[in-house]
Amino acid sequence: MPQKSLTIALAGNPNSGKTTIFNNITGTRQKVGNWPGVTVEKKEGIVSKYGYELKIIDLPGTYSLTPFSVEEIIARDFVLDECPDVVIDIIDASNLERSLYLATQLREIDCKVLFALNMADIASTRGIKIDAEKLSELLDLPIVFTIGNKNEGIDALLKKAVELAGSDIDTSGKRKVKYNKDIENSISELRSFIEKNSGISLPYKTRWTIIKLLENDEIVKERVFQKAGDQGRNIIQEVQLHRELLADRFNDDPEIVMTDERYGFIAGIIKEVLTTITKQRIDISRNIDLVLTNRFIGFPIFIFFIWAMFQLTFSLGAYPMEWLDTSVNWFSMSLDGLLPDSLLKDLVINGVIAGVGSVIVFLPNILILFFCIALFEDTGYMSRAAFLMDRIMHLIGLHGKSFIPMLMGFGCSVPAIMATRTLESEKDRILTILITPFMSCSAKLPIYIVLAGIFFSAEAGTVIFCIYFAGIILAIVTGRLFRSTLLRGADAPFVMELPPYRVPMVKSLIIHMWDRSKMFLKKMGGVILIGSVVIWTLSAFPRNIQYSHDYVAETNSVIALYNTEITTANGLDRQHIEKKRDAAIAELEMARKSEKMEKSYMGRIGKILAPVFAPLGIDWRGSVALLTGFVAKEIVVSTMGILYLAGDKGSDTLKNALLSSDMTPLSALAMMVFVLLYLPCLATVATIKQETGSFKWTLFSITYSTSLAWVAAFCVFQGGKIIGL
Amino acid sequence: MLLSEMKEGQTGVIDRVGGNGALRRRILEMGVLKGSEIYIEKYAPLKDPLEMIVKGYHLSLRVEEAAQITVDDVK
Repeated sequence: MPQKSLTIALAGNPNSGKTTIFNNITGTRQKVGNWPGVTVEKKEGIVSKYGYELKIIDLPGTYSLTPFSVEEIIARDFVLDECPDVVIDIIDASNLERSLYLATQLREIDCKVLFALNMADIASTRGIKIDAEKLSELLDLPIVFTIGNKNEGIDALLKKAVELAGSDIDTSGKRKVKYNKDIENSISELRSFIEKNSGISLPYKTRWTIIKLLENDEIVKERVFQKAGDQGRNIIQEVQLHRELLADRFNDDPEIVMTDERYGFIAGIIKEVLTTITKQRIDISRNIDLVLTNRFIGFPIFIFFIWAMFQLTFSLGAYPMEWLDTSVNWFSMSLDGLLPDSLLKDLVINGVIAGVGSVIVFLPNILILFFCIALFEDTGYMSRAAFLMDRIMHLIGLHGKSFIPMLMGFGCSVPAIMATRTLESEKDRILTILITPFMSCSAKLPIYIVLAGIFFSAEAGTVIFCIYFAGIILAIVTGRLFRSTLLRGADAPFVMELPPYRVPMVKSLIIHMWDRSKMFLKKMGGVILIGSVVIWTLSAFPRNIQYSHDYVAETNSVIALYNTEITTANGLDRQHIEKKRDAAIAELEMARKSEKMEKSYMGRIGKILAPVFAPLGIDWRGSVALLTGFVAKEIVVSTMGILYLAGDKGSDTLKNALLSSDMTPLSALAMMVFVLLYLPCLATVATIKQETGSFKWTLFSITYSTSLAWVAAFCVFQGGKIIGL
Repeated sequence: MLLSEMKEGQTGVIDRVGGNGALRRRILEMGVLKGSEIYIEKYAPLKDPLEMIVKGYHLSLRVEEAAQITVDDVK
């Protein structure tokens, strides 16, 4: 017999220990994805207990169900539309009063609610005692004590949930907020108005719908229109009359009065169930904050933590990255030896393995970075970081929390963009994603080192610093620009809780880290695979290139020429000649590669694009190099190596080749500026797509950054020419 | 007195929360409403935002947001 299944939703304030309880219930059997259409994380897990298959949904942590933020809309819509069998509201016992606000709203929706009174042990050490029986009686709902981080009470909680789901209690008459006389009058008048017009069908339960309409809830209004059509207009008109009446009566908007009344209702409950014994105690959390957000040492400590995270991610991460890189190379070499030469082999080795390999090496960085971020979040330090940085980030129109992703951008944009998940507001998230690529990532550094080193030898350091700085400035300008145009709207208000510091649980940290990495591997894999194959196709085709020289014949004749010399020469000379022979072969091979690159589709596109780059002082070789940089920025240098070296027979190093090319310090500078800003690498583009969940934003990001790059490089090159550089 | 004018270590009782719709309601929903007692814990090193204790938990607000809130009985 198939098991009957029940849906249980977990609701609760942020920091109420909801995630810990969810992890304890589902363990590793959880699925992390996104809620449809938005970037908010959706977690669910299925467990079999008490003869049921329990589907547990972790709703986004919210303080309220007023639909201001995406999280709140998601949580509310889930409860309204999916009608979970039971909603477990996780209440932080030390924060009962504020937690009850969400609880009263859940109650109003008329679903079966169960309280998990969490962390009562901590509350009681803080001198807070809660009379649970009384609370249960006053609100007429079951309460279970849990201690999430010690895994206590979880079984009892599930058992109660199953019991509640099976019971056929009527929730509509349950005790919930009674508003004052005037509001209740309006509610009952509106109710009779709706009943009189019996043709009106409402999308949700009557009382709740009326309350929401009185609160001027745009989403509910919209749905009433959809459901009731023209009749909806009549209701809205009627409601509007009552809203005006109430606003007149209270000299304030009805929604504000109703918020007040809910807290009034809660205050009444608190008075009966809560006793606080004020005893002299040491508040560890406050003491920690005396140091960590201290006026003088708060910032130095913050910078140290960030520095440590950076070091761990990129320096410590460099070792496993190298091992992975070596393994990928080894794998590719062994395949090279095993497979017979063919187009397929070329595709597998130079397309698939090279492309996917270049991305998979980031895995250690991602693991470490997300471990650090999970540590920051789970201890409660993340909100302190936002508290410290908000003044500065506010200048760009962003929230303090945007600082961490932007900073990580100096290492690699991929984990940086993934780190924007810590931002609550969708607009903030998109804005941060758009400007993070301007933080010059570590893969661009080799390009600067080569160009600045060659053309600005003595001032190379200063030039590179200026490039980095230019990126930051443009990020700020972009931030302000978009905040006042595309992503208009007030900055996310900084009404942020600073939760008490907590010792993180290893299990949570690991689950958090693993989720991210799994997502990285899975989703990146697909996009990168396709992208790599496309890039490979462009550079590997057409196959039958008409070479200007017969390289094979020339190589053979060189070998033959030197071989006769070698046979006649003696010991030392022989080595010398062998070296010369190898150099001559290498030079021919380089010339062949260069010509192949030039005549491949990639090269042809580069040549077609050359006129676009000409005003920037970049020739076709530079254009091709920049194009190949789409796979990964590091490749720009190696492509330049192939193209410039081969084009200039007399030079032995890239340095001499570049110096004897048309490139000037000015055009080198323009190229660096272009590299700083132009379209991010394939892996980043894939991440942007994944995190914004929208092709439109991805395309926008690519177009914006590339256009900005062109304009900036144009200004540098042409402006420089005018002032005579 | 405005909340934003309060100094570290002072207590007060919220009189009125002003400002525009959404933000105002959000602040109210977090328990900062008429009659709530508050304690100014500290200002951030750059003097913005501020941290206060309300209804037993720590909440931070930007100074510009706090400037919309009036407070009585400041001690």
